[in-house]
Amino acid sequence: MSVAGLLEGREVVVCAGPGGVGKTTSAAAIALGMAARGLKVAVLTIDPAKRLADSLGLPRVAGEERRVAPERLAAAGIEVSGELWASMLDAKGTFDQLVEEYAPDARAREAVLGNRIYQQLSSAVAGSQEYMAMERLHELHAEGRYDMLVLDTPPSRNALDFLDAPERLSRFIDSHSLQLFLAPNRRGLRLLGRSGMRAFSVLRRVTGVDVLEDLAEFFRSIGGMTEGMRRRAGEVGELLSSSRTSFVIVTSPQREAIDEAIFFRRRLRESELPFGAAIVNRLHRADPDGADVEPELAALLDPDLARRLARNLGDYRELARHDRGEVERLADELAGDPLLLVPDLDEDVHDLAGLRQLGEHLFAPDAVPG
Amino acid sequence: MTGKGGAGKTTVAVALGLAAARRGKRTIVCEVAQQERMSRALGRAGVGFAETELAPGLWGISIDPERSLEEYLRLSIGSRTLHALLFKNRLFQYLAAATPGLRELVTMGKVWELAQLERRTPHASPYDLAIVDAPATGHGLGILRTPGTFRDIARVGPIRRQADIIHSFIVDERRTGVVAVATPEEMPVNETLELRSALQLEMGMTLDAVIVNGLYPERFSAAEIERMEAIDGDGSAAVRNALASARSEHQRASAHRSQLRRLKRALRDGHSGEGSASGGFATLPFLFEPELGLDAFERLSRELERKL
Repeated sequence: MSVAGLLEGREVVVCAGPGGVGKTTSAAAIALGMAARGLKVAVLTIDPAKRLADSLGLPRVAGEERRVAPERLAAAGIEVSGELWASMLDAKGTFDQLVEEYAPDARAREAVLGNRIYQQLSSAVAGSQEYMAMERLHELHAEGRYDMLVLDTPPSRNALDFLDAPERLSRFIDSHSLQLFLAPNRRGLRLLGRSGMRAFSVLRRVTGVDVLEDLAEFFRSIGGMTEGMRRRAGEVGELLSSSRTSFVIVTSPQREAIDEAIFFRRRLRESELPFGAAIVNRLHRADPDGADVEPELAALLDPDLARRLARNLGDYRELARHDRGEVERLADELAGDPLLLVPDLDEDVHDLAGLRQLGEHLFAPDAVPG
Repeated sequence: MTGKGGAGKTTVAVALGLAAARRGKRTIVCEVAQQERMSRALGRAGVGFAETELAPGLWGISIDPERSLEEYLRLSIGSRTLHALLFKNRLFQYLAAATPGLRELVTMGKVWELAQLERRTPHASPYDLAIVDAPATGHGLGILRTPGTFRDIARVGPIRRQADIIHSFIVDERRTGVVAVATPEEMPVNETLELRSALQLEMGMTLDAVIVNGLYPERFSAAEIERMEAIDGDGSAAVRNALASARSEHQRASAHRSQLRRLKRALRDGHSGEGSASGGFATLPFLFEPELGLDAFERLSRELERKL
């Protein structure tokens, strides 16, 4: 089974999974492999390792996507008949762009961009990166400049945050009543009702008046934009659930990582989102069921080294047995859905040569560890 | 404690907690992602938002922002009726969910509360040490920054006062220390160095300690690897498997050492002239065990006790 066949015809590939399992490198390797097969591909990553950015020839600052120079790829022994582009997402920059686009007029735009809550929190808050990743994906897809977009979702303990991002945003939608609650005028007070008014006065006591005014201002200024944002959130949702998209779950054989992958697979099913494949990286290569090897080694090497080699193999076999159990657990959940296994590559992948090596497993994974 | 995802923050937080408890410090490990990783690591049922003793002298809590907010309001409003009036109000719930940064603020507020000698929570005993198993680097830094942000937003009033107290507590290096956890690999090392600069730049703080987790032991020398190469064609599949595993171990152990050198050099260079400014540094070995049990945590904690 190869990623190429599984992703054929898809326009958007979303790589999701827990942190620290090689998600960014898997996304980059998929993009590289598809570019090698003639597609024009852009990989959107968030904060990749600097050396990965360097090896792709990306500037270390976030912004527009850049083409990875064919000479650079050729130098690493990679033939690419298509084009590989890459970009680092910039949450704050994209958020600003969004405001520019959706603010009904210049005054509203200035009000949002100048709001202190917006300035302080738009990039610092959990979820804003996730939302912005979705935004950027939508925008690039709508522009239609690429055959395929590969999105590396933000690292988070909860790999699902980004799925909730549009919904989280839509909480702003009722910001009109929030404004009333925070800074009620006469009419507002009537609408709030008696208990609402009392709640408001309690809140004012706890927070202080000016915080509420700032918050009201925040919701007021962002309120004018919610119609456009809601529409956009709907479109993002539609794109993600259509057959143009494929979700790839990236994980490692660690128990927690497999737990998250299983949870994520269920979430995709519940949300009726299109699942492409699960990738398990970093499998230990040792044969889990091999026989005792020390006597044979002792005939070839000195006894001390033979003993240490056998012990080391024993350790690796135990890890491999554990990996096998965890992979089976994931396979049960997948019930026949594609599962790609990638052996441990001995060094962490952070350059083009490493991506190529990873790609060889993803695109021709017949040589799965046994 | 923060660091790249997958670096073993929870493992190190628990090991450090055990070490502190052994030294007689009443210690609590605070989880903020509500995944109950800590209690599971120690083979216990989830602790939830209740301070629970998980090992002698070591407590755990999973900080739920909603519960923290509720608790905060109850304690600051005083009146049960008024508190219920506010907390049950639909618009207030709505507001709490929509206000950016509020989850982070109340989470740090609860951490602060746990670390006070005079606890606000009625009948609660004080801790000598609160260890926060914080989110990965970027968001981890964000959560540290949030109280300062709210302090700046609220110029006057109760929020300003509270946020200022929490922020001052965080940036006071006699009371709060930031520990970076990293595996000795390219990306986690980069994140550690970036965390150090960002911490300095944005908070005026220095890293208190760097704990390198999962360091592969050097089981074979280069000369031994060469001797193995010489016999590689001679043995059975199992022998080849043994040699491949040894090569893999050797390669990873070497790569780890070069990343470790890079990290140490960068940490040292960053502190030229400041002398004592560079804090603790410890390595924890990679344990060839698929799942760490209580005895493994004990071993790691003794290692930390020796090295920090």
